[in-house]
Amino acid sequence: MNKALDVKITDLKERYTSGVLKYRQMGYWEPDYVPKDTDILAVFRLTPQDGVDPIEAAAAVAGESSTATWTVVWTDRLTDSEYYRAKAYRVDPVPGSPDQFFAYIAYDLDLFEEGSIANLTASIIGNVFGFKPLKALRLEDMRISPHYLKTFQGPATGIVAERERMNLYGRPILGATMKPKLGLSGRNYGRVVYEALKGGLDFTKDDENINSQPFMHWRDRYLYCMEGVSKAEAETGEVKGTYLNVTAATMEDMYERAEFARDLGSVIIMIDLVVGYTAIQSMAKWARKNDMILHLHRAGHGTYTRQRNHGISFRVIAKWMRMAGVDHIHAGTVVGKLEGDPNVIRGIYDTCREIHVPANPQHGIFFDQPWASLKRMMPVASGGIHAGQMHQLLHYLGEDVVLQFGGGTIGHPMGIQAGAIANRVALECMVKARNEGRDIWNEGPEILTAAARWCQPLRAALDTWKDVSFNYASTDSVDVLPTPTAS
Amino acid sequence: MKITQGQFSFLPDLNDEEIKKQIEYGLDQGWSIAVEHTDDPHPRNTYWSMWGTPMFDLRDPAGVMLELNACRKEFPNDYIKVLAFDSNKGFETIRMSFMVQRPAAEPGFELVRSEGPGRTVRYTLRSYATSRPSGDRYSSAATP
Repeated sequence: MNKALDVKITDLKERYTSGVLKYRQMGYWEPDYVPKDTDILAVFRLTPQDGVDPIEAAAAVAGESSTATWTVVWTDRLTDSEYYRAKAYRVDPVPGSPDQFFAYIAYDLDLFEEGSIANLTASIIGNVFGFKPLKALRLEDMRISPHYLKTFQGPATGIVAERERMNLYGRPILGATMKPKLGLSGRNYGRVVYEALKGGLDFTKDDENINSQPFMHWRDRYLYCMEGVSKAEAETGEVKGTYLNVTAATMEDMYERAEFARDLGSVIIMIDLVVGYTAIQSMAKWARKNDMILHLHRAGHGTYTRQRNHGISFRVIAKWMRMAGVDHIHAGTVVGKLEGDPNVIRGIYDTCREIHVPANPQHGIFFDQPWASLKRMMPVASGGIHAGQMHQLLHYLGEDVVLQFGGGTIGHPMGIQAGAIANRVALECMVKARNEGRDIWNEGPEILTAAARWCQPLRAALDTWKDVSFNYASTDSVDVLPTPTAS
Repeated sequence: MKITQGQFSFLPDLNDEEIKKQIEYGLDQGWSIAVEHTDDPHPRNTYWSMWGTPMFDLRDPAGVMLELNACRKEFPNDYIKVLAFDSNKGFETIRMSFMVQRPAAEPGFELVRSEGPGRTVRYTLRSYATSRPSGDRYSSAATP
């Protein structure tokens, strides 16, 4: 064979002769391609095997995530194969990592079924992630065209309607995850819910692995929790909620649990990411139909989002979940116990909350992303945060966020109600100070100390957790491109 | 009991200077300020009485304070809150809401439980004050 290995073969007879071709020769590398407004775009971080040319690797990813197989097939000629092929159109070296490359790939709208995350992901993160010529592969970001976005329901409730239902404005929402995660009886569990809500939190939450274990079956939990919620509402005059986890083995079980939660008057239910994309979309439709806020706990994501060279970045998961239709998503805290580089977290929060997210390489956002009219999704900050960090949390995370202090409420030395009071007072005094024009980033500790003079629970919280911080280097930070990229 | 609706209910009551600063913040964001009052503070009583429409064209905090004080004068025993409305795309909703007056005594709510099938319970919040007619709920005569 005398064919150039690095260019697309345009002679059809030659192109479709049986045998094996380079992906580039097959037409999956189109450096002159200008993406259409309707295209779905993806940027992958490739780590090719030694000796594998990065452009050929990019073309292979385009091929394996769309129409290609390993050899030439004549049946391609029964289709408009040129049209269906995904096109790798740009490859950039990753700054500081000589073995890695960012590959940009465009997919035609017709490759995907409307309104189906399962179908989208079966292509984009399908076989291609096991492809041998690559050592590692990571989906860094995607641009979903508004044409495709509009085929998705989006968040069942959205930030605006959630706040209107909760009668809750002008400050972050306060929550807490019930602890211990496992082992409490229904009666004891409801006690923790009641104490935390009565003390001043807006929401309490089941943990991801609380479903229906021998120590507490789900009906028992729901009944006691709603007693706690209702009692706290009566004693505070506020709307309260508790995320009842409906995660279960089958869809039928999940619907049964969700219906029971609705019939008991709960305003919110939750599911875990591990139930799968299709189940999540089903629950989002159910939630829209039943006036229910839908919380998503991202259990399992750390297995594929955390390492920079392989997997899926969480900003892509957040994007898919906003399309799939959840209202809440755990999205990082920056200052807590879990992974979170400030710039990466900012990119994720923007993906949840903005109606248009401009490309911003500093934040890991590779493409402009208009959100059509999909509702905005509430990010949730949870994991190792406490009242003493309130100024940092407000600074980094803004106002439309649920701040969840689990240990930071329940572990308070004066009890759960006192823990909730400490968090609520810390939050309200910080929002008030910010609105008054004070520099909360620098004056935050001073503002908290001043409030602690009249609020003993806050003083105790500050004393207990004053030295707690989790200062470890992030494993998932951004490799900034030398030039910003507009779609 | 103290009803803790609104964004600053866990802080000591805001004085007029502090209220003015919050109004100024809202105006600086481009929002419109509104004053609302009620003698039915049930958490799901969405529609408090409006003290006029939101003040779309009033950009001076002192002017808002005049309206607030007029409302206080006419309804000295009501709950009064200050709200900020944001008309921007993506929001088009309330962005601030905080209490600036509350009755001297707040009797609160009774939690009414109706037992249903199985162990289910239907919960209803009943305000102790609203058993009296509106306008006669938190007056000094009505306060126990």
